[in-house]
Amino acid sequence: MKAHLTRRYRFSASHRLHSPEMSADENRGTYGKCNNPHGHGHNYALEVTVSGPVDPATGMVCNLVDLDGFVEREVLSRFHVTNLNMLQEFAKLVPTTENLSIEIFEILQRGFLLAHLERVRLEETMMNSFEYAGGNEPRR
Amino acid sequence: MVYLTRKAEFAASHYYHNPDFTPEENRRIFGKCNNPNGHGHNYTLEVTVKGEVDPRSGFVVDLKQLKEVMHHEVLDAMDHRFLNKEVPEFFTRIPTTENLAIAVWQRLQTKLQKAQLHRVRVYETPDLFVDFYGEQ
Ligand SMILES: [Zn+2]
Repeated sequence: MKAHLTRRYRFSASHRLHSPEMSADENRGTYGKCNNPHGHGHNYALEVTVSGPVDPATGMVCNLVDLDGFVEREVLSRFHVTNLNMLQEFAKLVPTTENLSIEIFEILQRGFLLAHLERVRLEETMMNSFEYAGGNEPRR
Repeated sequence: MVYLTRKAEFAASHYYHNPDFTPEENRRIFGKCNNPNGHGHNYTLEVTVKGEVDPRSGFVVDLKQLKEVMHHEVLDAMDHRFLNKEVPEFFTRIPTTENLAIAVWQRLQTKLQKAQLHRVRVYETPDLFVDFYGEQ
């Protein structure tokens, strides 16, 4: 029987939203305060949802120790307390939370093979959250 | 179609152990959760039903009835219980959050009258939850 398991994580990072393809005015117009050259930070909350048949021997979709270990190693340690703009992932990509959600989804999809990745949900603040399910509609 | 969600909370203890595994395997796979004396959680349950709005009552489902079924079938059986020893499903199945969501679904499904069960969500902690949408 198939179940969906969601785990919530937290990390903090700074970013500046700025596109080299736009003029200074256009950047200010598009990104507002987020265009401040010195950047600013957020406490992000990340939700990772995986699915799969519940293994009758363990009662689990996948072992949480494996999921937590992967996310810690490949996501949290990569992004926690960093300036996202300095990372190679965002050398050419504006580090909006949209792009960060897609980036995290792809890291998980490439490397976490112990369950099916359903979606990633990223809260930038208590007011904004973003979901990405690899092009599928996130399940309600 | 309108979706309606009702929440409930219960507290229960459990431990994870598969008698077919060796003690070493049990410890390796289940870690701290293998302690036979158990440990507890405050679970939060969210039950989502769906249906068309009845033109006379304006309801998808009689919330009072849903609440009663949740009480009878789930909370009376699981609240302040040791799941492994007191809830029959878990005499044979391991009381993980996954199996808990499945057990809640199975208990509710046959008892709900008009409403169609859409999703059972069980939070073991605010940072871990499982969704079950029925057998697919
Ligand atoms: Zn536990």
